Amino acid sequence: MCTTGLFAEIDALGLSYSELNQRVRIAVESGARRLVLRNVAGQRYIGTNLYGCADRQGLSGLLLEIHGTPGNDLGAFLDGPTIVVYGNAMDGTGNTMTSGRIVIHGRAGDITGLSARGGEIFVRDSVGYRTGVHMKQYQGNRPVIVIGGTSQDFLGEYMAGGIIILLGLHLKANEPHACNRLCSGMHGGAVFVRGTLRHGSLGHGVSVQPLNADDRQLVAVYVSRYAELFGADADSIMNASFTKLVPATGRPYKQLYAY
Amino acid sequence: MPRKASDFGIRSNRLPEYAVDRDYELCIGCGVCIRQCSFDVHYLDEDHDTVRSRSELCVGCHRCSALCPTRALAIKPNPAQYRAHGSWSGEHVKDINLQAETGGVVLTGSGNDKRAPVYWDNLLINASQVTNPSIDPLREPMELRTHLGARLDAVNIQAGSLDSRLPPTIPISTPIVFSALSYGAVSFQVQLALAQAAQELGTLWNTGEGGFHPRLREYGSNTIVQVASGRFGVDLDYLNSARMVEIKIGQGAKPGIGGHLAGEKVSKDVSATRMIPEGTDAISPAPQHDIYSIEDLRMLVFALKEATNYKVPVSVKIAAVHNAPAIASGMVRAGADVIAIDGFRGGTGAAPKVIRDNVGLPIEFALAAVDQRLRDEGIRNRVSIIAGGGVRNAADVVKAIALGADAVYVGTAALIAIGCTLCQKCYSGKCNWGIATQDPYLAKRVNPDIARRRLVNLVKGWSHEIKEMLGGMGINAIESLRSNRSQLRGIGLTAEELSILGVKPAGG
Repeated sequence: MCTTGLFAEIDALGLSYSELNQRVRIAVESGARRLVLRNVAGQRYIGTNLYGCADRQGLSGLLLEIHGTPGNDLGAFLDGPTIVVYGNAMDGTGNTMTSGRIVIHGRAGDITGLSARGGEIFVRDSVGYRTGVHMKQYQGNRPVIVIGGTSQDFLGEYMAGGIIILLGLHLKANEPHACNRLCSGMHGGAVFVRGTLRHGSLGHGVSVQPLNADDRQLVAVYVSRYAELFGADADSIMNASFTKLVPATGRPYKQLYAY
Repeated sequence: MPRKASDFGIRSNRLPEYAVDRDYELCIGCGVCIRQCSFDVHYLDEDHDTVRSRSELCVGCHRCSALCPTRALAIKPNPAQYRAHGSWSGEHVKDINLQAETGGVVLTGSGNDKRAPVYWDNLLINASQVTNPSIDPLREPMELRTHLGARLDAVNIQAGSLDSRLPPTIPISTPIVFSALSYGAVSFQVQLALAQAAQELGTLWNTGEGGFHPRLREYGSNTIVQVASGRFGVDLDYLNSARMVEIKIGQGAKPGIGGHLAGEKVSKDVSATRMIPEGTDAISPAPQHDIYSIEDLRMLVFALKEATNYKVPVSVKIAAVHNAPAIASGMVRAGADVIAIDGFRGGTGAAPKVIRDNVGLPIEFALAAVDQRLRDEGIRNRVSIIAGGGVRNAADVVKAIALGADAVYVGTAALIAIGCTLCQKCYSGKCNWGIATQDPYLAKRVNPDIARRRLVNLVKGWSHEIKEMLGGMGINAIESLRSNRSQLRGIGLTAEELSILGVKPAGG
């Protein structure tokens, strides 16, 4: 480990996840605010163990740059820091995240953003199954997931809040998104889809709507961030048709019980 | 909102369950019963200046009867019952009518009330006579303290001092822990009383999955916080403010299904604690979507250990189900420090009745089988076991520990101590005893200070009784009773039942 003032570099080669995460924690405790982790190969929970090792301002200003492939639960319970991955991420990225930002220069696996309550996740390429499952929002905290590519099934399942933007940038003209059972059990939040969905690919209880002016403005904000992060052209991304998926009801089970 | 017959323009033809018997010679028309009943049973007949009752609305909670100043009220089973039938009970007929009227899932609260065998009652406890002196706990030291958490397989001693990192354990001064009762299901007053009682008793209470109220965080060192499929209120502050973190996989009253806290109960304060918008349904999916296997469970266990810097034990709670021993073995290997097993008589704020009464196993069998399996595999030291789901008194605690538990979870007994009369309408949010409600008018009926004292009294009373039973067996520490099945004998049990429980028949 090399620490000079605000900058630290850690070679993750051969380290277990607990060893790596402990080194990250020690570096942050000793004042590092930009950490570069090299040769990361499957170590889990990067960024999860930083509770209390700096004040809120310090954690919010913390940048973890990961080179290689981080393991499952990258940034689980993340509250403040920014994580940038130069490579792909595995499953559970941003699991139950509170705040901060995760940027993946590649693909992310299953359950990306599971139960997230805030923060932003930007994935340059596609995501796996059940992305954004049971995301929720509360007061000023609204999680956002922006996906450059497409998604596997059950995107936005059980979604209770937050926003998912699915861009489908690599899809050919008129090629639909790959996912089925979108937003199954959704009871809050919104999913914005650029391009087309396969016929019958929506879960039950989802309402399909056109974007209004506020929606377009909201999507444009995150598309421009995506474009800035990954070097894309925001205007040409926005110059396409979008669909908005919202819950048909916020109370899907209110007619289920008898007593 | 539930489906009611009137929603469909159907007149209900169900017979009232209870009959309100008002003795008009005693009734002074004071109206206490009117004010106490949230189900609107009692009303003032202004034309005749008389208090009258609508028996068909009565849930049998006995609040009015208990508070009537002249004892004029008695709530009785309705004498007009359906025709007696050996196969079709009145409950079957009533539920069929309810479903025929509504097409809904029959909802209930509290624990399984059926005559499912309570195996505690088939187990008898030993005592010393002649060959081993019994001990008088009033005069001699008697240790009820136990530690929850993992023990290493071996420790290294270097130059006379310990050279192993010990996993975190929690000392509890009596093997009785309050089980998960979430804010939303119960009122704030109830949680406050549980937290204060746990602190006073040197034991733990459990937030359930409804978040950890900011005003209760001062009791963090006596608190277990839950991480369930809804992840309500779960953040780093939540995880790091508790003494133990519990992953809730299942619950004895409703194994395998999720939960829905109706939007009506998501008040401003519940919304803040669960971190969801006011008035929205709080939906807990059936599975945790990051756990589809033992390997995935290990992933969450260690995510929580990383998030808390390995400072607190991680518990995993499951409902007692058919293959509990194999699952428990996997849970240990997944890194759980504590495993909690909840039997099918465990309580709930709301569950489909068909699930509550038919799914799962009695805790006695699951506990005995899990303990034996972990011993056979040589991994019992790596976890503590907390058994729950139908522990009713000190004898049940002693029997649970002799069957292999380190401690027991009590939920229903704690609520009864606070005032619950088991009317099973917890899901309605109208609990007249102020326990399972968010209505401020009802919730203030629980005085947290009195409730705390009643909880402390109950646990102290049980603890004395446990000491007496231990002393009778000639044992002076609760840890010497754990899995000490030679102290139990079975009566009225088959050879197979005895074999699973690991106890000899009475007289054997």
